[in-house]
Amino acid sequence: MVASSSLLKLQDLIQEIREAKTQAQEREVIQKECAHIRASFRDGDPLHRHRQLAKLLYVHLLGYPAHFGQMECLKLIASPRFTDKRLGYLGAMLLLDERQDAHLLITNSIKNDLSQGIQAVQGLALCTLSATGSAEMCRDLATEVEKLLLQPSAYVRKKAVLTAVHMIRKVPELSNIFLPPCAQLLHEHHHGILLGTITLITELCERSPAALKHFRKMVPQLVHILRTLVTTGYSTEHSISGVSDPFLQVQILRLLRILGRNHEESSETMNDLLAQVATNTDTSRNAGNAVLFETVLTIMDIRSAAGLRVLAVNILGRFLLNSDRNIRYVALTSLLRLVQSDHSAVQRHRPTVVECLREPDVSLSRRALELSLALVNSSNVQAMTQELQGFLESCPPDLQADCASGILLAAERFAPTKRWHIDTTLRVLMTAGTHVRDDAVANLTQLIGGAQELHAYSVRRLYSALAEDISQQPLVQVATWCIGEYGDLLLEGSCEETEPLQVEEEEVLALLERVLQSHMSLPATRGYALTALVKLSTRLRGDNNRIRQVVSIYSSCLDVELQQRAVEYNTLFRKYDHMRAAILEKIPLVERGSSQVDEEAKESKETAQLSEAAPVPTEPEASKLLDLLDLLDGPSGDAQHPPPLDPTPGGALIHLLNLPCAPPPPAPIPHLRVFEREGLQLDLSFVRPPGTPTLLLITVTATNTSGGDVTHFICQAAVPKSFQLQLQAPSGDTVPAQGGLPMTQLLRILNPKKAPLRLKLRLTYNHFGQSVQEIFEVNNLPVETWQ
Amino acid sequence: MIKFFLMVNKQGQTRLSKYYEHVEINKRTLLETEVIKSCLSRSNEQCSFIEYKDFKLIYRQYAALFIVVGVNDTENEMAIYEFIHNFVEVLDDYFSRVGTRVRALGQEDPTCHGAKPVHHNY
Repeated sequence: MVASSSLLKLQDLIQEIREAKTQAQEREVIQKECAHIRASFRDGDPLHRHRQLAKLLYVHLLGYPAHFGQMECLKLIASPRFTDKRLGYLGAMLLLDERQDAHLLITNSIKNDLSQGIQAVQGLALCTLSATGSAEMCRDLATEVEKLLLQPSAYVRKKAVLTAVHMIRKVPELSNIFLPPCAQLLHEHHHGILLGTITLITELCERSPAALKHFRKMVPQLVHILRTLVTTGYSTEHSISGVSDPFLQVQILRLLRILGRNHEESSETMNDLLAQVATNTDTSRNAGNAVLFETVLTIMDIRSAAGLRVLAVNILGRFLLNSDRNIRYVALTSLLRLVQSDHSAVQRHRPTVVECLREPDVSLSRRALELSLALVNSSNVQAMTQELQGFLESCPPDLQADCASGILLAAERFAPTKRWHIDTTLRVLMTAGTHVRDDAVANLTQLIGGAQELHAYSVRRLYSALAEDISQQPLVQVATWCIGEYGDLLLEGSCEETEPLQVEEEEVLALLERVLQSHMSLPATRGYALTALVKLSTRLRGDNNRIRQVVSIYSSCLDVELQQRAVEYNTLFRKYDHMRAAILEKIPLVERGSSQVDEEAKESKETAQLSEAAPVPTEPEASKLLDLLDLLDGPSGDAQHPPPLDPTPGGALIHLLNLPCAPPPPAPIPHLRVFEREGLQLDLSFVRPPGTPTLLLITVTATNTSGGDVTHFICQAAVPKSFQLQLQAPSGDTVPAQGGLPMTQLLRILNPKKAPLRLKLRLTYNHFGQSVQEIFEVNNLPVETWQ
Repeated sequence: MIKFFLMVNKQGQTRLSKYYEHVEINKRTLLETEVIKSCLSRSNEQCSFIEYKDFKLIYRQYAALFIVVGVNDTENEMAIYEFIHNFVEVLDDYFSRVGTRVRALGQEDPTCHGAKPVHHNY
């Protein structure tokens, strides 16, 4: 019973396993058999050992553990019989890898077998060595293998070359052993050996620059070999679909690429051959195309003639028209690599590339997209954008982001007219709004703001787009901003560039309210909408009740940002209604990049400035001051405005952001003490910043050396009409007694006409329980302050 | 350089695997499952080359069998594509000379018992 099953042939075992109906049954059969095999190994039966190992190997291939067979492999290898050796080596390749200890033990056996002289055995040994040889084994056996490289038998030579390749990969230092025979091996006729030799040389060259130099001398010989291959007629042994040994050709081309890289002389030797291969290869089947592709890669990598490069690009262009999509794939990938260096050559194939955008395979259309974007220039931008936008509408979502940002970038670089640019950006936002980059909104508002003549056009188009669809957030943001800014242009008359659009005020307000209430709107978008509504209060002719209502509703909104805005706007309506018109004037254009704030920040800064103005009632009071003093010629309230929005908004914003307590580096203008009473002193220090000749910064410092605190200290200033004055917030309103921390306040005076400076100050404070009010003009202002 | 050579059936079972660079056993299974998944999910419309981590995968389908070769960047994809076909032709030729049953073995369950890959080029 046991004896008979130990003689089970492999085929019978396989049949048994096949007959098992379930996984469990199969496992059972195998376990039983493994037990027999183990027993047999223990008994040490030499006759049937190979059969047992064969069964074990089959079981191993199915995925079951077979490590107990490792020692048996060694025994089989050491046996003199060929059948034993064959299975032993096979087992060694499958069961032993570098990590096993038993590995080293076969080194000796291999050594013996290599020097034996029987081809088949030598072949087995070489095979095993090349498949699983560790670094140690390679070092030990390198010289043996080298001897075999020059053996008379082609079979052995071929295997020896392959083993040499493996050894070089494992132990690069062995190159000095394997370098010398290569020259002779190149004369081989046997393709197998030749292929092995070329691979060996390639490995040597990749690993050592000295080898590279050595083998450059062989370029002519390689050229000769390849030329013979290409020009020989059909040979049954080596032909694949009409191409003579394409694998060898590809390998030689690759080696030529490595040798010709960065080396003029070698490249020149190859030029003719490459042209010949490129033109003579039959491209109807894949084999020919593979060779052609390798040729193109080689041409691009070496220092080839310009004509050759153009030929290569044209070949790639032809590939793009091929019906086989594998070829189109490699063509697109290669063209992408070339588009920077050979731009004009690739441009010629632009229409074909654009065709490839319509590929159903995503990996191809992605490459086509990248390539198309790289090919956009000022002459083809309109046509290309058209194609790309068509693609954007139908492409899968993961490509949409790239496509959208690509189109916007191209539009920015090459836009022929502003109107086209606005149109393109609009279309992209409408198609793929959710996928655009964050700065698209800022860029578009910047663009529209700068194109004065297109305000009416833009606002109309944006209004229609918004009326259709309020879900695309970037579009909604830009549209609400525009409507807020240019609402008056929307309502009045018609614009030649778009169809006549009759818009009622109520419709506009309704739309903005819808945006505000929609659950699709982001908080930022709501902020835009609220601000737009408020701006419309000055632009529209009707009364503002509706707007006021909405604003007051939002002053109890849960979102803090919206609530803050609503409250401030509310205050604007109620207490500072007279200022509303001026505050809500059209925003002048912000320099892109210089202030580094985007639209939203600008909006919030406006509101921040607004809140600055509200608690510090110096501004409106200042106008009353002028009336009071009647010193300066016919002041009107407007002299004190622009309040927060001054003509260089970028500059104002920056300074607001900085809120300097310490003024910039002082120019040497002398200080001035302007006021003193009962221990309270007021000093002025002046700074003329070097970059801005019309600007004067005055720091008012109040110090208190008396025994009592000064509280509720307010300082106001007035200047002649041609000047512009801005008071920053004071550092506090209390000047502590006994020389405590002084209070400072910064005054900014712009003097565009360089007129003589006159300054009047008004102080109100409480000191020693009394409220004091002082008004005086500052005399003795140094000349440097205004000259 | 070829990094690995796999033969996988449509059910996702690996029928043959040969690695030309050492990969841990557990990593092998992981690699194989992921590779098989990406190959099986390809439609007829898509090309035969896939990018997977730092390998390029070239695959060909023969009836119920997928042959997948993983290569590094320097290889010519189309040459490998040709090579796969060459390999299959060799198998067909080789096994058809032996008895029918072994041929059934070769085509249906090509575990390559006793045969080493003939084009041992890489």
